[in-house]
Amino acid sequence: MNPVVSTYIVQGIYGITYGMILFLIASGLNIIFGMMGILNMAHAAFLMLAGYFCYQVVQITGNFWMGLIFAPILVAVLGVLMEQLFLRRVLGSHVGELILTMGIANVIVAGIKKIWGTESLPLQMPDLLSGMVSIAGMGYPVYRLFVIGLALAVMLFMMLLLYRTRLGKVVRAAVSDREMVNALGININLVSMLVFGVGTWMAGLAGVVIAPILTVFPGLADQVGMDAFIVVVTGGFGSLQGAFIVSIIFGLLSSYGVQFVSQFAPVLIVVFMAIVLVFRPNGLFGAKER
Amino acid sequence: MLLEVKELNTHYGPSHVLQGINLSIAEGELVALLGRNGMGKSTTLKSIMGMVKPTSGSVLFEGKEIAGLSSYKVAQAGIGYVPEERRIFPELSVLDNLMLGIKGGKISNTNDPNAWTVERIFHHFPKLKERAHQPGGFLSGGEQQMLSVGRSLMGNPKLLLVDEPSEGLAPVMVQEVRNVLEQINKAGVSVLLVEHNLKVAMSLAHRVYLMSKACIGCEADVEEVRNNHDLRARYLEV
Repeated sequence: MNPVVSTYIVQGIYGITYGMILFLIASGLNIIFGMMGILNMAHAAFLMLAGYFCYQVVQITGNFWMGLIFAPILVAVLGVLMEQLFLRRVLGSHVGELILTMGIANVIVAGIKKIWGTESLPLQMPDLLSGMVSIAGMGYPVYRLFVIGLALAVMLFMMLLLYRTRLGKVVRAAVSDREMVNALGININLVSMLVFGVGTWMAGLAGVVIAPILTVFPGLADQVGMDAFIVVVTGGFGSLQGAFIVSIIFGLLSSYGVQFVSQFAPVLIVVFMAIVLVFRPNGLFGAKER
Repeated sequence: MLLEVKELNTHYGPSHVLQGINLSIAEGELVALLGRNGMGKSTTLKSIMGMVKPTSGSVLFEGKEIAGLSSYKVAQAGIGYVPEERRIFPELSVLDNLMLGIKGGKISNTNDPNAWTVERIFHHFPKLKERAHQPGGFLSGGEQQMLSVGRSLMGNPKLLLVDEPSEGLAPVMVQEVRNVLEQINKAGVSVLLVEHNLKVAMSLAHRVYLMSKACIGCEADVEEVRNNHDLRARYLEV
């Protein structure tokens, strides 16, 4: 195959991989932010923490898979604790949520620097996933394909959860009217706790899969956190489809952007958001005014 | 008494919006709460339901104190709420909207022939059956009102709090909603009704409470309200 074409394709796979990781982060943020209306600025900090947890688990056990399983769960437990112990006290006040979660994010970052230092720590991907696989005469990085597959599996799981189970219906109903759901005899706080746990778990999963690509460092949260917020706003609050499509577009914009107009690449995402919001102020798939 | 509200006070910030409300509803009764706009009728329903936290006072339901409980507990105790503006879930199908009304996932009284089921709701509201799989947001105002009533019936409440059910509906639909409320009451569900349409309210109610600024001004039977001009001029006419 023509080497130019193959570069485009590989670049596309890089873009889709980043898009998928963004989707994992954004859809976790989306159900927390979109459903419960909580501005969780600590979301990306939890993601980063999961990266470090995974690093630690790999240091101890030498097994990436253990990290992939346990780090997100650990982070989800911490997320639920934060929601139960602190967030619940300021619920309903966006300023309160903002300041509290930013504070918690700072504590997490400071804790990380204290324990693991400020340097980038490499996370070795497992042998099974390193290297290239050859399909139709072209080499693809296995790890990226694995990330794409994993994100698709998580998306399928979320879709089934949201559209096929009673819990999912409760969550979707709560996106439009939380108070009314509670008035129907459903303990909305318990549901919130579950949702918060699932959302943070997804952030943790993203943190683990992104770690072998970007390494873990204390600035990781800043790098991906803002992109994820932009995805949620552009895709529409509470919309998984919106988050999915916008994540892919963002991923492709950033990878092809770097290739063709490298100095403008970071701006493309923001320009795209601005254009979408001019025509659809509630985002691509956003429902009515909240 | 099924419901007894005693000296209920509610504040919105610094404003004292309910000042010592007293009212009661017996089993099987349909009681109307009437008054001009802004007197606190909806707030009374919301305070009973726990959607607004009362600052003091007592709400006894079947003898148990429910004042200040979270509204899901109030609903589980057996009180259904049909809100102003219906508040159905627009993205969920009609059927899913109904299913959410089953409190906390427990299908209560399944062995009871009088229990409300989807089939029974559809029997009462044939239009909902035709549109069972459409999103709730696609329904007309009247159909959404039926859905809102049906949804709260799915929890098999002993008492239904209904807020302005005829608001914004075409006259034909108003009549239909009125008849449905009558049927529901005849089926044994007590109702506390807030309603602007005096004709509808008077044709349904067994007893009436008239509200003036944040208080229950007086309790009356329907005949009194109908015949006593002073009473109407004082509490209802604009």
